[in-house]
Amino acid sequence: MRIGILCLQGDFAEHSQTTLAAAYRLNTPCTVVPVRAKEHLEGLDGLIIPGGESTTIGKLLVRNGMVAGISKIPKIFGTCAGAIMLAKRVEGAIPGQHFLSLMDIGVKRNAYGSQSSSFQMRLKTELGDVDAAFIRAPTINFMGQNVKPLAYKDGEVVAAYEQVGDKHYLACTFHPELSTTLFHEFFLLLGK
Amino acid sequence: MAKFMAKKKPSKQKPAPRVPMHRAAAQPMREQPTSPVFGSFEVKSGLAQMLKGGVIMDVVNSAQARIAEDAGACAVMALERVPSDIRKEGGVARMSDPTMIKDIISAVSIPVMAKCRIGHFAEAQILQALNVDFIDESEVLTPADEQFHINKHNFTVPFVCGARNLGEALRRIHEGAAMMRTKGEAGTGNIVEAVRHIRSINSSIASLANKRNIEYANLAKEMRVPYELVITTAKLGRLPVVNFAAGGIATPADASLCMQLGCDGVFVGSGIFKSSDPERRAEAIVNAVANYADANVLASVSEGLGEPMHSLDIKDIPPNQRLSHRGV
Repeated sequence: MRIGILCLQGDFAEHSQTTLAAAYRLNTPCTVVPVRAKEHLEGLDGLIIPGGESTTIGKLLVRNGMVAGISKIPKIFGTCAGAIMLAKRVEGAIPGQHFLSLMDIGVKRNAYGSQSSSFQMRLKTELGDVDAAFIRAPTINFMGQNVKPLAYKDGEVVAAYEQVGDKHYLACTFHPELSTTLFHEFFLLLGK
Repeated sequence: MAKFMAKKKPSKQKPAPRVPMHRAAAQPMREQPTSPVFGSFEVKSGLAQMLKGGVIMDVVNSAQARIAEDAGACAVMALERVPSDIRKEGGVARMSDPTMIKDIISAVSIPVMAKCRIGHFAEAQILQALNVDFIDESEVLTPADEQFHINKHNFTVPFVCGARNLGEALRRIHEGAAMMRTKGEAGTGNIVEAVRHIRSINSSIASLANKRNIEYANLAKEMRVPYELVITTAKLGRLPVVNFAAGGIATPADASLCMQLGCDGVFVGSGIFKSSDPERRAEAIVNAVANYADANVLASVSEGLGEPMHSLDIKDIPPNQRLSHRGV
């Protein structure tokens, strides 16, 4: 399996390591491909969009001409900024901000406030208990009919999954790449 | 004897996966309570990890902050005077006016950093109360304490500090810094000092490999940091927190050079808004950092950027006016 990691801006190094650890746990052969240009998108089985700044990642995707190529990829996993990039509706976007708009969810940027409101906690999820870090995190404030919630925090959805035809989208508002392989294992198994 | 020669039976239990991070707390996160914990080291260094591969730009007003955000900056540094003006005007440089910092915070959606003087924890408390996302305890401002840096563990907001060598970097990390940057020589548009600092830290870390315990203990004593921190750094083969380049970056090529030398991202101070075409130069440097290893992209973004900032040779700066010697 070839999994691309979008290496333009953000914590892509952590995602690479967690993806390899998840593949090891599943005993699945997996190649991690750093994706920096549109040529790197060819032949990928999945793509991970890391945490970072969604304004920066959006700009760089457009400048490098990667938007069309990404929408063809069979499964995509976005954390924090990556979840914002996937969402069809974004609250708190700056004028002219670019998104991929692939997953039927609505998100609100910086929903908890500035860095002093960032936090970590033990979170119960459909995949098991995880340590979750929410860093200037968004919230998911709307979900389309086919979207399945995977985790809640105080009644709010913080992780969700959608299947559209033969395409799969997974979004987390926190950063599983910093603390657990569970979400990456789930992602690797999608569509199998 | 045969008993000892027998192959070890492979255990059914899979070993724990490699820990997916490279920072000081390189153990898996401690099990957390189910209620939120604010301002832990994981959360503070986590923001630094999200800034990687990005450009942090100095801005002096909300209009510049918007230009920076539009160009793709991953954060802005709010300050009253950029380093080259501080250098020119002299006098005591202090924390910026809160009105101006609040203006910038409300103007942009990306993280906002602000500078306080070395050791001036009251300024840092004010910046934390203003809800800035990151504090730079910076040698660019006039130091307030010649003996102590701020105890950064006392704050819920993360700190970034400058360093010229491994000892300085590890002392700042021990004091609680969640992110490091090279000091370089701010406000000069001259990359040579930043390169010197990156090279120095890289070669010190490389020389940590394959030493005996007693040597690590001696190094810890020399650098005045805990033994465990030296061991962590040796094991990781890099600084245990995110490390950016800063001080003298003026062109996309400068930014690429620092990234290729192993930095996680760059700060650009006077380099953008003291150049003739800030919008284009800002965008070019963002592109250069994201595509730092692709010379074709670098060539195309470097075209026609106009005049860079007015720059200085380090030899022409008297040693007592060099900012990087402050706060070691």
